[in-house]
Amino acid sequence: MLVEIYLIAVVVALACSLPGVFLVLRGSTMLSDAITHTVLLGIVLAFFVVNDLNSPFLIVGATLVGVLTVWLIETLQHTKLLSNDSAIGIVFPLFFSIAIILITRYAGNVHLDADSVLMGELAFAPFRRMTLFGMDFGPKVLWSMLIILIINVLFITFFYKELKITTFDPGLAAALGFSPVFLHYALMTLVSLTAVGAYDSVGSILVVGFMVGPALTGYLLTHRLKRMILITLITAVFNSLVGVKAAFVLDTSIAGMIAVVTGITCLLAFLFSPSKGSIQAIRNRWKQRKNLKKQAASSHIKS
Amino acid sequence: MSEEAITLKHLTVAYQSVPVLWDVSLGFKKGKMTAIIGPNGAGKSTLIKAMLQLIKPLTGEVAFSLNDHQMAPYKEVKQQVAYVPQNSSVDWDFPTTVLDVVTMGRYGRLGWFKRAKKADKEIAAQQLAKVGMQTFADRQISQLSGGQRQRVFLARALAQEADIYLLDEPLAGVDMKTERIIMNLLHELVAEGKTVIVVHHDLQTVEEYFDEVVFINRSLMAAGSVSSAFTDKNIEETYRTDQNVGERSAQP
Repeated sequence: MLVEIYLIAVVVALACSLPGVFLVLRGSTMLSDAITHTVLLGIVLAFFVVNDLNSPFLIVGATLVGVLTVWLIETLQHTKLLSNDSAIGIVFPLFFSIAIILITRYAGNVHLDADSVLMGELAFAPFRRMTLFGMDFGPKVLWSMLIILIINVLFITFFYKELKITTFDPGLAAALGFSPVFLHYALMTLVSLTAVGAYDSVGSILVVGFMVGPALTGYLLTHRLKRMILITLITAVFNSLVGVKAAFVLDTSIAGMIAVVTGITCLLAFLFSPSKGSIQAIRNRWKQRKNLKKQAASSHIKS
Repeated sequence: MSEEAITLKHLTVAYQSVPVLWDVSLGFKKGKMTAIIGPNGAGKSTLIKAMLQLIKPLTGEVAFSLNDHQMAPYKEVKQQVAYVPQNSSVDWDFPTTVLDVVTMGRYGRLGWFKRAKKADKEIAAQQLAKVGMQTFADRQISQLSGGQRQRVFLARALAQEADIYLLDEPLAGVDMKTERIIMNLLHELVAEGKTVIVVHHDLQTVEEYFDEVVFINRSLMAAGSVSSAFTDKNIEETYRTDQNVGERSAQP
């Protein structure tokens, strides 16, 4: 049981953190925050159609609504009548609140209750088993997240060059024939898919932390994209292992504890990063001031 | 030799419902260095972007003529066209190195999925040497000055080994040394028979640097060789209706 919880936590963290690298670099973390919430509407609507919480159509529906969210936010933004963050601020609460209303009004007696959707519960995840031909193959969510992790790894491996150029210089990318729009939507589809998969275990509020936190730590600690991806993955594993352990010691929410650890590692990177950290910046400024004072003093003596 | 490398026919571009460029018909001469000039907000960058299909024109045609293509649409010749965007258009805190950015110039030739090979990196390194930045190859791009950034962008365009070069304000905010390096390289390209088109903002250097000049202010005001078209009358007419009042006096 305990091993399974650790495993699920690590796989969820890895799967979430990979697309997070490009979300951070593209400055679309708030967009991903919106997606990770609005996919709930897709889950609810698909549930009303198929009436089965285990149907794969739930994932399809959720992913579609995630992409619809992106499209709607960008269409609003292109009208130039409102800014990017206001567009997010309109679409995200609208879709999310419709989903919550539908759940509390019509789906309260099934597993889809507002609490588990918002917070998730990693500790219960191992109770839902994957059984084939009467044999037990471990927790279901472990398998679904493993598949999502593999999809994310394959996507970033195959489209590495394309993701890099469309993120760094969309203008040149488009001129060279690499459609930034296509890659943007492909990435957002993955974000939606990952968010749906991670729903059960970590809930909609914390998914975005799993996506953005490790990537931000990676961003602060290096100047190379490949190293940033590596550090992101290591941080994701570290955060989830420490988070699960701490949650057991303190007897509290696992996802919540991982999110707390994620916040702490990110803050540490922010403070102590050798090149970008704020302590380094303060030290540099202090050194400079000392040098300038020295120079001023010596020129004063000369004259 | 007055063959046209790029031919525009009745090009009209609009953002939302506001036309930015109105009915521009124009030819850019092959093997020449052409300046596009006009006041701020005149639609110079838009003209370049519309030629590269980065903005879809409302109406009109853009056709490219190269050695093996005649009047072809952009997507058939995009490998042969190098584009240098304004250097403020990218995120210079992106975690990558100078050599890596120059190598991006090779991506178009590589196509989808293929990774840059050693030969591509070597070509990139050679172009970096041409702009005098070889010692910066492994440097993180955020550490570069404005002039160095522009030189890296030019090296990236050179790595594309194209026939037509479109540069959007490559001399904006660069130091004298960089300006000289960039202009020397562009003149070398023209000497090799390449076509170079530059959005330019400094009226004082037009005669020194360019063969041809195109005046733009929402529509085509005038075009021709520098010796015949770069006249006080054309300058006066182009800059008379400045989109941003006061801009002209700010320009040297």
